[in-house]
Amino acid sequence: MDLQPIHHEPTTFVKKYLFTTDHKVIAKQFLWAGLLFLLWGGLLAMMIRWQWAYPGEKVPVIGDLFLKESGGAITPDLYPKLFTNHGLIMIFWAITPMLIGAFGNYCIPLMIGARDMAFPLLNMLSFWVFVLSQIMVGASFFFDNGAAAAAWISYPPMSGNIGTPGHGQTMMMAAIFVTGVATIMGGINYVTTVIRFRAPGMTWMRLPLTVWGLWLTSVLNVLFVPVLGSAGLLLILDRMFGTQFFVAGANATGTGGDPILFQHLFWIFGHPEVYILILPAWGIVGDVISFFSRKPAYWYKGTVIALIAVTVLSAVVYGHHMFMTGINPLLGQSFMILTLVISIPAEVLFLNWLHTMWKGSIRLTVPMIFALGTVFVFGLGGLTGIFLGTISTDIYLHDTMYVVGHFHYTMAAATFLGTFCAIYFWFPKMFGRKMNPMLGKLHFWFSFIFITLVFGGQLVVGYAGQPRWFFDPYQYTFLQHLQDANIKTSWAAFALLFGQVFFVINFFKSMFAGEEAGDNPWEVGTLEWTIPSPPPVHNFDPIPTVYHGPHEYAHPGVLEKMGKDWLGQDEAFDGIELSASTDEKVAQGA
Amino acid sequence: MSANADSHHHGPVDWPQEEHVGEITAGKLGMWIFLLSDAFSFSGLLLAYGIRRGASDMWRCSEELFNQGLCSWLERPEPELGINFTAGLTFLLICSSVSMVMSYAAVVEKDMKSAKMWLGLTILGGALFLCGQMQEYFGTFAFIFHHEGLIKEGLIFGQSNYATTFYAITAFHGMHVLTGVTYLTVMWIKMLKGHFDDGNANMIEIAGLFWHFVDLVWILVFTLIYLIPL
Ligand SMILES: [Cu+2]
Repeated sequence: MDLQPIHHEPTTFVKKYLFTTDHKVIAKQFLWAGLLFLLWGGLLAMMIRWQWAYPGEKVPVIGDLFLKESGGAITPDLYPKLFTNHGLIMIFWAITPMLIGAFGNYCIPLMIGARDMAFPLLNMLSFWVFVLSQIMVGASFFFDNGAAAAAWISYPPMSGNIGTPGHGQTMMMAAIFVTGVATIMGGINYVTTVIRFRAPGMTWMRLPLTVWGLWLTSVLNVLFVPVLGSAGLLLILDRMFGTQFFVAGANATGTGGDPILFQHLFWIFGHPEVYILILPAWGIVGDVISFFSRKPAYWYKGTVIALIAVTVLSAVVYGHHMFMTGINPLLGQSFMILTLVISIPAEVLFLNWLHTMWKGSIRLTVPMIFALGTVFVFGLGGLTGIFLGTISTDIYLHDTMYVVGHFHYTMAAATFLGTFCAIYFWFPKMFGRKMNPMLGKLHFWFSFIFITLVFGGQLVVGYAGQPRWFFDPYQYTFLQHLQDANIKTSWAAFALLFGQVFFVINFFKSMFAGEEAGDNPWEVGTLEWTIPSPPPVHNFDPIPTVYHGPHEYAHPGVLEKMGKDWLGQDEAFDGIELSASTDEKVAQGA
Repeated sequence: MSANADSHHHGPVDWPQEEHVGEITAGKLGMWIFLLSDAFSFSGLLLAYGIRRGASDMWRCSEELFNQGLCSWLERPEPELGINFTAGLTFLLICSSVSMVMSYAAVVEKDMKSAKMWLGLTILGGALFLCGQMQEYFGTFAFIFHHEGLIKEGLIFGQSNYATTFYAITAFHGMHVLTGVTYLTVMWIKMLKGHFDDGNANMIEIAGLFWHFVDLVWILVFTLIYLIPL
């Protein structure tokens, strides 16, 4: 029988900060790695925005540093590399490590009352394999012909040897494969940990919503990342070993292959990926809204059912990305209906969040406003998605900037604000100090207003007919009148970047000189707030016993007898007996 | 909290039973989840195979088609897969799954002598399967089987969907067999060192799960790639 051991505090630097098996340190490693690549992906986005505002003009600062050969301007050759790497870096190397790698690692054991992950060594391996994939991304820029340039979806024939020659593209496909391996390792760990390592009394229906979101995400990761791996593997075989899985037409010898096969394999993974990124954010938002409304989450069970429904449905709707590829109309219809059905569980989530806030004693803390911002931008993303899920409107909107605006609201804006919601909420636990709320609010308003404007601007020009991926849209007369709108959108993007300065200052200043946080600065009841900040290596000593769900607020009896409006998950209320000895419970119960 | 309770908090703590999965160990659960994940990577490859094969007018360029001039890009016709030989390999793999179960049962009964023998036979079965695959591809043991291997017979990786999917999928499975043989050998060395003498067969059971999975996938691969008639 396995036992939950107590790990001793490592003494050497290497074991404590580099090759560590402590899930809390690995979480921070993922956070740093993700923040670094978020900056990189963000700078690439700024260059794209510069190009759409002032095509052919010298890029300030970056142009002087990196683009000397072209006199500081973005060339047609460089341009596809920018949006390809922006997309891939943001999805696989910024959002994934931060939301899933960092907060999956940090929150799961602490919130379910475990001393570590189920497989600490696998956890460490997962991070270092991830770092390897990051190094491969960096390396892909240094080959002849430069970095990957076939867009994030990497469709053949564009991603084949003829569309994008050179080893940069191959390296990027290999990097996706390697980071996929890291993700699967993490996923196996998270799924197992939540199933098997929950503290006594932590039933499925008492799990914090954050853990639900992360768990469902991990299930999707474990199932669908391997399909992306297969597709990537076959593409690498095509590029390196002369096979023809995706090669057709004049490029093929003999019978050749089928480029559309790649689209199927890619989107079998690609659609669930959208939910892989958003489910953790939904979970976190569900918890945070309840915490700071000082009310139990409205219809917790309904929220959980809705999260599960979205997870299941996400696996059967991928065809909506291929309406314009040419699929059987009957299949198209089915995919359309299934896609639109997702709005039902999504509505349940939204209404539950709103209902949770209704008549609550709302505390507008920094994590709370970020959570509300997440809800708002995801709402915009969901509403604009209806027109892309419907075949008749998708025919007009397909491959326009409207698509770009839509998926950025869901995959970028909502996950971005959701990630910062998580950072502001758990920072006191991670580093033992509070962040400055004033700087946090400045960061929020800059981020929220400008991220909404940036992607709103994309929706507008897309609706007006601007296709995505155009190097210089104004070479076409019918798009020239959109330059004004694009310039304004670009300046909103630059303001968004500027707003992040408040976060950087706040983050580093608070880490070293912030006010001491204490065990439970937010006055909430989930298990991670019952232990010191930052927690000891083994988290819990003893393992807590859980008596009720994560959202016990504003209970009149508790207020009367305990003088506070919240109840810890490990506090028994009936007669207010405090947490009994775990060992005794375990001895009796298990 | 009593002082008495405090004194034994600092040790390892056992987990309670899970309401749905009972007392399953984390390692076993993790292996199941990994196998589910791995099944999806195989299904990605098999899906690609099925779509390519379903959509093609001509899958294998047989001698007859070649003589009609229908596959001008090839230098010679493509050979058939040797079903009889591979059926033998399949039988070998199924036998090794049985011996894996025998080894597990022997560990549970603390009959370590039989456990070592059965696990050894399992490893041997896996190793022979790999040798069989080498013979099939390269004709490594042509002096026994009088068969020069598919490559020399004209089935070249990359020349057609038939050749490419065959090699990609069987080699991907072969890598799993290699992993399994290595994994079981590590377990066997542990067993020789007396690691399982207490009758705790959990690690053997987990290794067995992987081995049965590799076996099961092979039966699928064999059916889909070898047995579906051209
Ligand atoms: Cu989709």
